Amino acid sequence: MYATNQSARILKPAQSWFILLSLLLALLLNMLPTRQWLLMPDWVMLTLAFWSVRECRKVGLGTAFLLGVLMDMADGAALGQHALAYVLLCYAATSLSRRLLWFPLTQQALHIAPLFFVAAGLQILIRMVAGGNFPGWGQFLAPFIATLLWPTLSFLLLAPQYQPEERDENRPI
Amino acid sequence: MASLDNAPPPFFRRGPTPLAQLCFYVACSLALFVLDLRFQALEYARQGLSLVTEPLRQVAQAPMRFLNEGSDYLVALEKVQAENDALKATQLEAAPVLNALPHLIAENERLRQLLALQSRESTAGDAASILYTARDPFSRRVYLDKGQQQGLTPGRPVLDAHGLIGQVTRVFPFSAEVTLITDKDQSVPVQVERTGQRSFIFGLGNGQVTLKYIPANADVQPGDILITSGLDDLYQPGFPVARIIEVSHDSSDAFARIIAVPVAAVENHTLVMVLRPRPELPPRPDAAENAAPNHKTPARAGQRPNRRARGG
Repeated sequence: MYATNQSARILKPAQSWFILLSLLLALLLNMLPTRQWLLMPDWVMLTLAFWSVRECRKVGLGTAFLLGVLMDMADGAALGQHALAYVLLCYAATSLSRRLLWFPLTQQALHIAPLFFVAAGLQILIRMVAGGNFPGWGQFLAPFIATLLWPTLSFLLLAPQYQPEERDENRPI
Repeated sequence: MASLDNAPPPFFRRGPTPLAQLCFYVACSLALFVLDLRFQALEYARQGLSLVTEPLRQVAQAPMRFLNEGSDYLVALEKVQAENDALKATQLEAAPVLNALPHLIAENERLRQLLALQSRESTAGDAASILYTARDPFSRRVYLDKGQQQGLTPGRPVLDAHGLIGQVTRVFPFSAEVTLITDKDQSVPVQVERTGQRSFIFGLGNGQVTLKYIPANADVQPGDILITSGLDDLYQPGFPVARIIEVSHDSSDAFARIIAVPVAAVENHTLVMVLRPRPELPPRPDAAENAAPNHKTPARAGQRPNRRARGG
């Protein structure tokens, strides 16, 4: 049996340390000074959505809230802005997960795209309610790129779970 | 110890329902949002959180910094020599003025004493370098590599080599947040250098500032330089702030619409100077009469000058 992503075989369970590591890496990626690049996606949002879909028992609303507050702090944004968006995204992704996982990765991306756009739009909306200027439509490029990255990221984050259960010395992988 | 029949096995125990959790966390987020933006009540929480996010940020930015410093170390000799030559030339050009300056300052001091004027404040500050720009697209803020530990306080003005770039608005233990003068919520009391007309500039959020409350018939032209007027407890007088680029009159409005661009390289710079707070100004006459029952301390008053400016 070959380790392809199309196979419907049972995956190995996700490791908690790997989930934690991926979220930490996403946080670090978000902290790079990339404000001028509108194309840079919100890595935390992307990774959080992935784990909410896959492992809602391990990554719940509490994690989303915590990451949101950290991102608010790191971005110099209003406290609670990212937290609200992440909590709602996590809830929506979790409730979508039963249906989402039946589809191949590209169609999953189509399902998850509205969540990214709503989460980004919500942050802009709540800041405009609080008296901010509209920062321009360029802000919606990031959720678009995040959608495009969904299949790649899913592949990468699932890679450890695709490892074969038993090692065979004669097999290349 | 609960017996088996009234305590479900751990497999079924999953805490509150997702909807209840959602309501709880959304309420928390909204409460944080309102407390932070409306009441500015979470400054201590921010300082605490910065102790978590600052090390993370340094880890995140370390590879880039090493690369930059490494490449600087290897290739920069020629560049440094050229820069050195340029700086020497600049210093030579400035030498006549600089050499005469101590004399002029002393003379100015003597003249002011003769005229019984208040002497000018001395200017001193702490150099700091800019670490990064805040990612928040709604504001124009940068972060400095110095904070409470190095004695920074909110309200201090920040300059670069050409003029004012902003004001320290928050300090964290090891970093400080500077709101640039182009931020939408930032205002600076200024005067037109040529005519002495006083007013305020407000940030527009797009790299420009606007000069408000200038009558439509006032003598203001494109090219005029705006300097800080010093009519507050924060900015010392005389620092260049912006250059006017556009003056237009709208017949429906009693004030002219004036757009200016900052003279300092507000959006791209690395080394800045954080000025010391101004010495306590003499109390206002009415405040002195009332023995100043609720006189604000400069640091508190300095945190949000924009609100005072708007209110007044």
